[in-house]
Amino acid sequence: MALTGIQIFKLTPKKNCKECGSPTCMAFSMKVAQGAVTIDKCPHMSEEALAQLSEATAPPMKTITIGAGDEEHKLGGETVLFRHEKTLVSKNLYAVNLTAADDADAKLAAMTKVDYDRIGERMYVELVNVKYTGEGADAYAALVQKAAATGRTLVLECADADAAKAALAVCKDKGPVLNGANPSNYEAMSAIATEAGVALGVTADTLEALYDTVAALEKAGNKNLVLDVGTASIKDAFSKAVLIRRAALKDEDRTFGYPSIVNIGAIAAGKPELQAALAAVFTLKYGSILVMEDMSYAQALALYGLRQNIYTDPQKPMKVEPGIYPINGADENSVCVTTVDFALTYFVVSGELERSGVPCNLLISDAGGMSVLTAWAAGKLSAGTIAKFIEEHEIANKIKNRTLIIPGKVAVLKGEMEAKLPDWNIVVGTTEAVQLVKFMKDYK
Amino acid sequence: MPFKLTPQPFKAAIKEVEVGCGAKAIKLGGEKTFPFYAFDAEMPNAPKVGVEISDLGFENEVAGIKDFYGDVTNVVEMAKKAAAMEGADFVVLRLEGADPNGVNKSVDECAELAKAVADAIDAPLAIMGCKNDEKDGELLVKVSEVLEGKNAMILSAKEANYKTIGASAGMAYGQKVGAESAVDINLAKQLNVLLTQLGVKAESVVMNCGTAAAGYGYEYVASTLDRTKAAALGQNDDMLQMPIITPISTETFGVKEAIASEDDMPEWGSQETRAIDMEVVTAAACLASGSNAVILRHPASVATVSTMIKELM
Repeated sequence: MALTGIQIFKLTPKKNCKECGSPTCMAFSMKVAQGAVTIDKCPHMSEEALAQLSEATAPPMKTITIGAGDEEHKLGGETVLFRHEKTLVSKNLYAVNLTAADDADAKLAAMTKVDYDRIGERMYVELVNVKYTGEGADAYAALVQKAAATGRTLVLECADADAAKAALAVCKDKGPVLNGANPSNYEAMSAIATEAGVALGVTADTLEALYDTVAALEKAGNKNLVLDVGTASIKDAFSKAVLIRRAALKDEDRTFGYPSIVNIGAIAAGKPELQAALAAVFTLKYGSILVMEDMSYAQALALYGLRQNIYTDPQKPMKVEPGIYPINGADENSVCVTTVDFALTYFVVSGELERSGVPCNLLISDAGGMSVLTAWAAGKLSAGTIAKFIEEHEIANKIKNRTLIIPGKVAVLKGEMEAKLPDWNIVVGTTEAVQLVKFMKDYK
Repeated sequence: MPFKLTPQPFKAAIKEVEVGCGAKAIKLGGEKTFPFYAFDAEMPNAPKVGVEISDLGFENEVAGIKDFYGDVTNVVEMAKKAAAMEGADFVVLRLEGADPNGVNKSVDECAELAKAVADAIDAPLAIMGCKNDEKDGELLVKVSEVLEGKNAMILSAKEANYKTIGASAGMAYGQKVGAESAVDINLAKQLNVLLTQLGVKAESVVMNCGTAAAGYGYEYVASTLDRTKAAALGQNDDMLQMPIITPISTETFGVKEAIASEDDMPEWGSQETRAIDMEVVTAAACLASGSNAVILRHPASVATVSTMIKELM
């Protein structure tokens, strides 16, 4: 149970020493209760009080770290069920499934082809789910080695102790997940995972059995877990994913406070479009690792776009990098169009400009990630900021065309811009992006 | 202590709205849970899938759509095929030809077509305007009149034209009114308040709380849908308890992922597959956040999304 500020205050030294950064112990306690600061910021807590508090103020869902080096990923650590309540912190990761029956080289090559940048985020398949299908420990380890050679982090779906050991021997330094514990073998699998220092995936037919198994593992000291929702059916997997997360975050039952694995490829085998649809559902509703049969570019473009949207912090707008974005094969002689760096504005405006078919250079200046009118009201979009952008990015040297179309909503800037940029022809554009297609065609 | 599943249905419910007539009529809404939370309580009505057709035909569509409609030569025949599409629950006729900046068909011509389509199919019908508020204000009024007795869904009344459309569709001619707002829970609520104050029954309103393709500011859509359902169910806000309908195809078929040709983007692969994936991903995301109906275009998307709904119910 979460403690109130008053309950925490009773455990503090009540010295008001300010060493924690708060003016009084009371203020500090209130911040701890809200989760704004952690209890260890106070240097004067007694051991006993700390133990009591860290248990009570521990996050409801653990953050599990997998992978290693550049390929380190965090799962879980969520505090809310919906992004509007605060923010979601650990985006779901994608895995492609690999078994001995696959042409491993071809499958891994196809997987690594999907690798691109979208608004500053690298989009690729972060994980490979290597499923053991009884081919023997040596053959499995060889398959695992091949998958590990891609550099991606592995999920070893394997409930066979010997095969798991052989696989971990070749990849444990890279922080894989050993997904193989169930109510009948969890002790042995937990020992193997703990020895290799990797996270353990746990599954069970029912939520009750899963809960008991997790409780037993925790009692034995293993809290580095991921919960596999199983493959009984689509409906069952969805129910488990929702109920596990709801129990952890809403009902504060920490036994279920772990990230999840959903094997979408298994519950919708052979149906790539249905897998894409389900991946969207599990992106919103509580999948942490989503295993697909494959990841085509078509699936990736839609799914990664969705994930990037859902896992943005509602308090921080998505921004695109300021710069020159040539559209429709624009060159130095093409007309210039400018708008703000708010990602949504950029996407809508660039999309409409593309539809117009007219070559143009889209100039994005730094407007603090705000929309046109908001940025203008906040002084982040003005004749001065645009003039400064044009100077700093040496637009005059890079582009010969001297016509600049500005957003219709800030038509008021025209006069001032003409004063600041005397050799430019300033044209007032449309107030809505959707009118751009016609505007650009007419302008041309 | 063992884990015990406690169902947590809400006391409030989403209003149930019926569209269409006879055996093929559909009911939207009615649930007391978040979408597909069958462990809390069964959803009485599965979310529905509408098939979008345009009064301008299917010449510019991707191959799979062209193949589906085949040698059909008029919109009425197209509607019949759409109604028979696997997974389709209703048909949506989009009167984009009415757009004054486009073909600019007359109101009467469009209304005549809507009537012919409604007479030709048993499936429930929804009519989408041309997105020009002023023209829609006339067009949808006339369409509501000629469709009297069909219990159609009129998409949509917006803040700019809700009075004429609300009065005709919702009051005079007994249709269901789509209330369209731009991805903001407060605007959605305000429009519902305005429509009901005008005299439209709350049970005759469905909401389109706005839409965006996955990756294109979809976070606002997700949060608007999540918050709307949370307020409707958790706080019993009866001005947000109208079922939600979300047009998907009109957004997703316009984004770069769906229109860039394979020549321009060779590594992206088939344009048609990309268009389908954008459509199913966006639709599935909307359904996961509470849309009671989605509007799609591609036969593969309609089949996939309706399968997904059945599996999750």
